[in-house]
Amino acid sequence: MVTLSINGQRVEVEQDTTVLEAAATIGIKIPTFCHDPRLKPHGSCRICVVEVNGGKNLPTACVTPVYEGMEVETEGEEVVTARKEILDLLLADHPLECLTCEKAGECTLQDLCYQYGIERTSYDGERNHYEIDYSNDFYYSDQNKCIKCGKCVMVCDQLQETHAIGFAERGFETHIATPMERGLSESTCVSCGNCVSVCPVDALAPKKKTKFRYWETEKVRTTCSYCGVGCQMDLLVKDNKVVEVQPAEGVNDRMLCVKGKFAFDFLSHPNRLKMPLIRKDGRLQEASWEEAYDTIIGKINSIKEENGPGAFAGLTSARCSTEDNYMMQKFMRAAIGTNSVDHCARL
Amino acid sequence: MTNSVDEVLKSDVLFVTGSNTTENHPVIGSKMKQAVTNGAKLIVADPREIELAHYADVFLQIKPGTSLALSNGLMHVILEEGLQDDGFIEERTENFEALRELVKDYTPEKVAEICEVDANDIIKAARIYGEGERSAIYYCMGITQHSTGTESVMSIANLAMLTGNIGREGTGVNPLRGQNNVQGACDMGGLPNVYPGYQPVVHPEIKKKFENAWGVELSDENGLTLPEMMDNALRKSLKMIYVMGENPMVSDPDTAHIRKALESLDFLVVQDIFMTETAELADVVLPATAYAEKDGTFVNTERRVQRIRKAIDAPGEAKNDWEIFMNLMNRLGYEKTYQSASEIMDEIAVVTPQYAGIDYSRLEGDGLQWPCPTKTHEGTKILHGERFARGLGLFKPAQYRPSAEVADEEYPMIMTTGRVLYQYHTRTMTGKTEGLNNLAPESYIEISPEAAVRKNIENGDLIKVSSRRGSITVKAKVTDKISGNTVFIPFHWAEGAANVLTSGSVLDEYSKIPELKVSAVNIEKAM
Amino acid sequence: MELYRSHILVCGGTGCVSSDSLKIEERFIDLIEKNDLKNEAKVVKTGCFGLCEAGPIVIVYPEGAFYSQLKVEDVDTIVSEHLVKGRIVTDLLYKESIQEGEMQSINDVGFYKKQERVALRNCGVINPEVIEEYIAYDGYEALGRVLTDMTPEEVIQIVKDSGLRGRGGGGFPTGLKWDFTAKAEGDQKYVACNADEGDPGAFMDRSVLEGDPHVIIESMAIAAYAVGANKGYVYIRAEYPIAVNRLQIAIDQAKDMGLLGENIFDTDFSFDMEIRLGAGAFVCGEETALINSIEGKRGMPRPRPPFPAVKGIFNKPTLLNNVETYANVPQIILRGAEWFSSIGTEKSKGTKVFALGGKINNTGLLEIPMGTTLREAIYDVGGGIPNGKAFKAVQTGGPSGGCIPAAHIDTPIDYDNLIELGSMMGSGGMIVMDEDNCMVDIARFFLDFTVEESCGKCTPCRDGTKRMLEMLDKIAAGTGTVEDLTKLQTLAKTIKNASLCGLGQTAPNPVLSTLHYFMDEYEAHVHEKRCPAGVCKALLNYMVIDEKCKKCGICAAKCPVNCISGTKGKTVYHIDTEQCIKCNACLEACPFDAIKKG
Repeated sequence: MVTLSINGQRVEVEQDTTVLEAAATIGIKIPTFCHDPRLKPHGSCRICVVEVNGGKNLPTACVTPVYEGMEVETEGEEVVTARKEILDLLLADHPLECLTCEKAGECTLQDLCYQYGIERTSYDGERNHYEIDYSNDFYYSDQNKCIKCGKCVMVCDQLQETHAIGFAERGFETHIATPMERGLSESTCVSCGNCVSVCPVDALAPKKKTKFRYWETEKVRTTCSYCGVGCQMDLLVKDNKVVEVQPAEGVNDRMLCVKGKFAFDFLSHPNRLKMPLIRKDGRLQEASWEEAYDTIIGKINSIKEENGPGAFAGLTSARCSTEDNYMMQKFMRAAIGTNSVDHCARL
Repeated sequence: MTNSVDEVLKSDVLFVTGSNTTENHPVIGSKMKQAVTNGAKLIVADPREIELAHYADVFLQIKPGTSLALSNGLMHVILEEGLQDDGFIEERTENFEALRELVKDYTPEKVAEICEVDANDIIKAARIYGEGERSAIYYCMGITQHSTGTESVMSIANLAMLTGNIGREGTGVNPLRGQNNVQGACDMGGLPNVYPGYQPVVHPEIKKKFENAWGVELSDENGLTLPEMMDNALRKSLKMIYVMGENPMVSDPDTAHIRKALESLDFLVVQDIFMTETAELADVVLPATAYAEKDGTFVNTERRVQRIRKAIDAPGEAKNDWEIFMNLMNRLGYEKTYQSASEIMDEIAVVTPQYAGIDYSRLEGDGLQWPCPTKTHEGTKILHGERFARGLGLFKPAQYRPSAEVADEEYPMIMTTGRVLYQYHTRTMTGKTEGLNNLAPESYIEISPEAAVRKNIENGDLIKVSSRRGSITVKAKVTDKISGNTVFIPFHWAEGAANVLTSGSVLDEYSKIPELKVSAVNIEKAM
Repeated sequence: MELYRSHILVCGGTGCVSSDSLKIEERFIDLIEKNDLKNEAKVVKTGCFGLCEAGPIVIVYPEGAFYSQLKVEDVDTIVSEHLVKGRIVTDLLYKESIQEGEMQSINDVGFYKKQERVALRNCGVINPEVIEEYIAYDGYEALGRVLTDMTPEEVIQIVKDSGLRGRGGGGFPTGLKWDFTAKAEGDQKYVACNADEGDPGAFMDRSVLEGDPHVIIESMAIAAYAVGANKGYVYIRAEYPIAVNRLQIAIDQAKDMGLLGENIFDTDFSFDMEIRLGAGAFVCGEETALINSIEGKRGMPRPRPPFPAVKGIFNKPTLLNNVETYANVPQIILRGAEWFSSIGTEKSKGTKVFALGGKINNTGLLEIPMGTTLREAIYDVGGGIPNGKAFKAVQTGGPSGGCIPAAHIDTPIDYDNLIELGSMMGSGGMIVMDEDNCMVDIARFFLDFTVEESCGKCTPCRDGTKRMLEMLDKIAAGTGTVEDLTKLQTLAKTIKNASLCGLGQTAPNPVLSTLHYFMDEYEAHVHEKRCPAGVCKALLNYMVIDEKCKKCGICAAKCPVNCISGTKGKTVYHIDTEQCIKCNACLEACPFDAIKKG
């Protein structure tokens, strides 16, 4: 164990802990753009700089390991000056379109500019201009807004292992691109959206089908309903509609695939069944629940009378909940009296 | 899975067989790629050169239906080279001699011939797996959907036991479950022979227990499996089928046969969220809620019971499946009522030993991996740690048999089926997302370049594919992902449905799984 | 070995090669053959002699006759006169080597007299493509001694005791680095050589590799033995084709002789090495970016810690030194730590190679003991400023360094003194400026380089240097404000404090040091809209000095934009400053110095 002080508070942590992690244990939040504990240390954005033992250089909290007797200041004058300067520099090449920006309300750049009181950039220099890449079906890449934190590249390389995007050019012209700048649709991208999920600004963002502001949404934690991995995710809900899905901590380590991330349109699809249907005159026609129940019960009773419980079978579903399945088999076994319950586990 | 998903990154050898993980379980697929990047060795066996093959130390492009021979061959080499775990065999298993005897014949040369791979690659794979400190096997439907499916699984289990790769972190025999809650559906006795918790229906004491719990008399006979249901429907001995959230018209083999069977019924009830191909045939269709509209649980491939939560209201008058059954049961005179899914889970915990410790209050956070026998138990990450369920691990030697259908003059190609990344199962859900339909718009057939040359087929040609069950017309995708006379058709689409071609009559003897992965077909350019 | 009466050393360094020294070599061989001197004279193609200003260079021994700026046809004269008749061709000699009509031996010439060659010991002496010549000059003796007589700990101790510090930039104690790598845990370790010399105008590493490649092989093998590595990488820029070629030849020869490979000197020690080519990104000289590049990744620095000694190439413990550092090691082993530490100052031991350029008479490469003063380097070795101009400043350390003004010219050169003055040792660039240099322009030049070469990874360097450059542009264009001067300093501070790698952290140095020492020049640009040195075009105005104008009209004739008006012989001429493009043509053309700029 190592003892250090952060903003005058003593804290004891394991060896090899970073300053950022140590601070978190005592509830001190140090701002970050490029940090993600799942990724190899990157240290590019420099916004998490802190002062250590009054030293001149400002190391970044995200990659600096603690040591015995370390004294850290996370909001000292030098630190705040540097953070403000970094935000100023980022804004100097970032359009101030917050009023209409899709990311507003969930933009780290916006939040930190607010926190440090940076209203606008003090520079009036060159800006990069990129065409927005809309070629992917589910998300766009707007490099005009990119702050080059590199998380998208790292997630694609280190976690998703798809290697679809990387850094292109150098220096001020550095930006995120697909090989030969041929666009996302021509790349190896599998549309998992894991880059989108980590982007702190509106540079990689889902193509919204519904207009919403993040502050208008409610997040509901759930389990993905596609394959058997059981990825944890948050449904963002506005006006009784799922408008976005974000990965959550769980077995999936905050990753999703294209289906989990983007294929939720079916929920609000107009073709959803809304009323019971009963076949009348050879045609399925809308009916009330009472009618439907009566029809089914009537049929069950008559078949049971004539043929016994052996004439019934039920197919439960690998798609429904555990509780639904339990009730289905209980219905077949306890109410109808047959063990003929099966489902497509084998398919 | 005997082990847990996060252990993918703790294995030093991964043997992935019959699983196109990066497309069908993408998040696990990514973890496998990460593992390789971190230095783990990877063996891939698959008839197709799937993405993982490019990450593999050894890729065995086996002929469909030969994985049983492959695992026997791997064991042959392991024993030949003394790579087995004698201590584990001695202390934890029985019937080893029978296995040794059986795999004697499976020389690399012989297996190479059966599987149509290089004998040296078999030896290399056996050494990698056998020498691994923590070797794990991951498999999927490529192993099970065969007439020898169960035996193939047994053979894989033999391989793991032979090398002591079970019951420890980073090892195990790990089937990847294809659907979000196939584990939960099985756990809940959605099977004709067992009650919830895999408790046999023919066992008198078990039956008694459930009769006491449910307060009714129960049948002591095994019920019908799905293929048997269809047969009985055709024979008119089955009158009514109640389908909840399934679409056998697309997902099940031999579509013509299924249609005929369902049409022969007196009464078909389908409960779903969309008007599916199966619902079209129903007498009553009931609108159900989707996962985002209800509370409940799904059980993932590593046996983790996880919550789903109601986020939005269901459309129209759609109801929760469980509520519909409760209402029907009540109307049939079974009085019990439930206020919530949570209450149902409490009842599940009472009758299901593996779930005894589970209730909703304990599922906040990461959920629980069953077995979880008590309210203080933390769940089980790794099965068979100290002992196997039956005590000693039983080696069940299994002989390779060729698939029921082999290529012949009339049907010279072998078709295998599967899924693609951008669609899911019968497309009930994914078919509603425009982007996915742009990326994977229609069915197709993958044909090897050599077969394409022989048949004068070019990319994009319309191909008529016929089997003994029927024929479909799909677009040709000529690709070196596949070799020789093997062809591949994804089964998602009702239009150009692979399952028109598959056989529903050839079943695995034990599990009754149809041999979906091997069908003899003929291909010709459509006129 | 055969004995020859004469040795003709032809410089095969990049500078001389590009001015046709290979043809000169060929001509010598040809004529020696024709004159039947084959058994008497031997031509040796060597590495760089250092005095590139005077290239192509040929030195004829035993006389030490230093022929400079030769043309191919001069060879005929040298052969017929010097080699055949024994008469030195005085006309072709380097002029500084003639004192009072007498030729001095090359080693007594000013440029060489104050030098002490350790790293460059064999450059210009041996044929780099012949391993036997290296061996004849004690080559591989140090490796033999290390492998057969010394423990790795003893090797590290000698390097520590010698006081050798990294010659590539930071000046970290070399022995300590070796010690860290030796102590790091790992089944596989690597040694690597940084030959990605990227400072504009710097070529010391190139010269060593071209002139004495075996010293790097030998030294890396010694290092590998000391730290427990068995594999080495030399990361060298592809723009150094001669160096790459000679190093590859040397590696092949060393392998053939069993000096690389398995069981070297019949010991348990095995070591192999390979060359990795860099694509010329400046940032790849930064050690962690270099490691990324060796691994096949984009050359971007990684955060430290972990340091390469713990997690380097492929995450294995890696020892990384630059060429010049390695070049010192075999001599330290052979001659002892005490010998090495007797050279230099208290904290900076040994010698340092500098690439001297800019406003200096002897442009070239020099190796001088640490502690030599800037004045000695510039005036005694460098031969002073051309055209009698006044010395203004010297920029050391490349784009990461700073400008040291004339007031500090008597400072002894060592790591700490240079840092004290706001500059640094760096890899040894030394650019001299005279009164005609505008310091704002100089700062712009270096910053422009940094902006171009920033890898783009971290915000302060990527965006900060860009904004600094824009402010300097404004100042140079006469639109700078007082706020810009303040802002330059605060931004520079953030870039220094918060950048990821050493390059970003030092990028503002040229600006900061010029702001510190030459604030008056900046202020002149900002307040008076004037460039005192007359360099910043936007601030220049060309004017005819009426009283000096002889109405000849030559200026008007030379003006490419016809903005000079007047009537020949009748009126003084006048320049329309609105139209003037400040091309300087009129000023250069006027025979009467009647045009001034300012």
